[in-house]
Amino acid sequence: MRISPGSTALRLFCGLAFLFLVAPILVIIPLSFNAEPYFTFTTGMLELDPDAYSLRWYEQVIFGEQWRSAALNSAIIGFSAAALATVLGTLAALGLSSPAMPWRRPLTALLISPLIVPIVITAAGMFFFYSSLNLTQTYTALILSHAVLGAPFVVITVTASMAGFNRELLLAAASLGAGPAYSFFRVQLPIISPGVISGALFAFAASLDEVVIMLFMGGIEQRTIPREMWSGIREEISPAILAAATFLILVAVLLLVTVELLQRPGKKPSN
Amino acid sequence: MLNKARTGAILLALPLTAFILVTFVAPLGSMFMRSLYDPLVADIMPETLAALEEWDGTGLPAEQVYALAARELGLAREEKTIGRLATRLNRDTSGMRSVIMRSGRALKRAGDAPWSETLPDINPAWGEADIWQALVRTGARVTPIYYLNALDLTLDSDGGVVRQPEDRRIYGTLFIKTIRVSLVITLLCLAIGYPVAWLIAHSPPRMSRMLLVLVLVPFWTSLLVRTTSWIVLLQQQGVVNDLLVRVGIVADEQRLTMIHNMTGTLVAMTHVLLPFMILPIYSVMRGIPAVQMQAAMSLGANWPRAFRQVYLPQSLPGVGAGCLLVFILAIGYYITPALVGGQSGQLISNFIAYHIQTSLNWGLAAALGCVLFVAVLLLFLLYDRVLGLDRMRLGA
Repeated sequence: MRISPGSTALRLFCGLAFLFLVAPILVIIPLSFNAEPYFTFTTGMLELDPDAYSLRWYEQVIFGEQWRSAALNSAIIGFSAAALATVLGTLAALGLSSPAMPWRRPLTALLISPLIVPIVITAAGMFFFYSSLNLTQTYTALILSHAVLGAPFVVITVTASMAGFNRELLLAAASLGAGPAYSFFRVQLPIISPGVISGALFAFAASLDEVVIMLFMGGIEQRTIPREMWSGIREEISPAILAAATFLILVAVLLLVTVELLQRPGKKPSN
Repeated sequence: MLNKARTGAILLALPLTAFILVTFVAPLGSMFMRSLYDPLVADIMPETLAALEEWDGTGLPAEQVYALAARELGLAREEKTIGRLATRLNRDTSGMRSVIMRSGRALKRAGDAPWSETLPDINPAWGEADIWQALVRTGARVTPIYYLNALDLTLDSDGGVVRQPEDRRIYGTLFIKTIRVSLVITLLCLAIGYPVAWLIAHSPPRMSRMLLVLVLVPFWTSLLVRTTSWIVLLQQQGVVNDLLVRVGIVADEQRLTMIHNMTGTLVAMTHVLLPFMILPIYSVMRGIPAVQMQAAMSLGANWPRAFRQVYLPQSLPGVGAGCLLVFILAIGYYITPALVGGQSGQLISNFIAYHIQTSLNWGLAAALGCVLFVAVLLLFLLYDRVLGLDRMRLGA
């Protein structure tokens, strides 16, 4: 048996690996249409009996007060945190990409560190910090802390797109009389925008998936979708969480497609 | 000109740096302070502790100390801080909680000088040196005790460092378990991820893009969704067990327990972290020309030799990046073990969360967190030194 690319053994192994990667996510989708309150396929479902399928869990997720307010909270916190992270992260990445930037390496490590520090430690630190300011159970605290988690993504993606940016364009713009702000918005930003948008989407996804900070310092008022799913899994196991999960899978696919299209090279003349 | 550019660059990086320093670094720092600085007992019983400085540490303290202790216990009861005092002392010497709480209640009803007789009458523990030694130990504002406890050590009555009694040695084992589990997950991810990355990197472009999407979908999908999936698949009334029963491999009353234990943690975490292994290896492999292998083989090397001497060394930077990333993420993992780990699949992060949310032993949580943090920080710096953070990429 040859173990080389193209050999049957390798293909079989990789086939199983891809099954392992994707099947658990796909299995959620049909089960979310289960007419019964179970987490498994009923005999009726396997026989493709239409009565075994229903939209009841979707009704619960779309029209239920609980899930609706969770979606709203996720949107408010996600958008605000991503916006803050994008502005701060883009500025920082521009600074870090400048050849004149001193202490680049340690500074990059510092700005990326929220990505690496275990979330329990981050959440505990922030919990004590915002309690001392009497800000726990507020949107402000959640938005600020989610922005910290999102900013490293923006720094990474924008720094990457700055690597392909020709700085002489800024000199050219300046020589034609453009001020720094004008040349940033009209010349630089359009060219690095794929990096900026990707970073913003990563930051939004990070917020949309965050549950530990939420557990430590979110109140009932601020409960987000992941927070609802967390109690759905731990307390009142209902297939409604499978319907919510299906929506989240949809969001993930949308984000993935957008980022991949943005990062595909050769679509735009970058220099 | 250069100075101006330098100032400009610094000014651009300043807002995020300040934001991270204030809302991330400083909070972490002040949390870690809690692992060394614990003023609780010192704040509740300041005068008793001041008076105890005269005490030689053996025998019993003077009447004046007893009187101050009775007064400050009464105050603590009125201000409702006595519960925290009792908890703190109980952590030092078990059994202290009830002594303190009962004494507080009794002092409210009655009690008179001489206190050196009244207090031992309320509870005989006051008639022994142990309780006073415990007060002196816990009264120090700066204490190494949480770090000692995090390493399964404690102080004996003479202040010497000794190992915890057998039944209280939890954390050393837990750290070792966390490291072992993370290593197993890293190796599993590597074993699955390396061939997969190979296949993606050396397939025709269309095929390669399609396969990459199969890795990116789980990468982008919410962690909670993926953890839910594993519960749906692996629980006793779940999809896999149903399938096995239907096919007849497993009897209905002997359904397998594959979740809410260590198996659940291992399977679900390998699934969650696998893309973090595949993507860095893939991006390195993509840069290795396939003709090199052919060249090596045309010069007479068989496939294994060509792979070992030509391909493998060039793919190692990706392997290093993937392994470090997966290991760093694994040793700090919280959500997946909390949801699918049951009793046996809990890792260090789960105990940190427990001490913050449930037992309220913040000092110990901070000490455990600090030990974990230092481990992660060292790995992070290693990553930066060996692979360079500025070359980090997201996605494919």
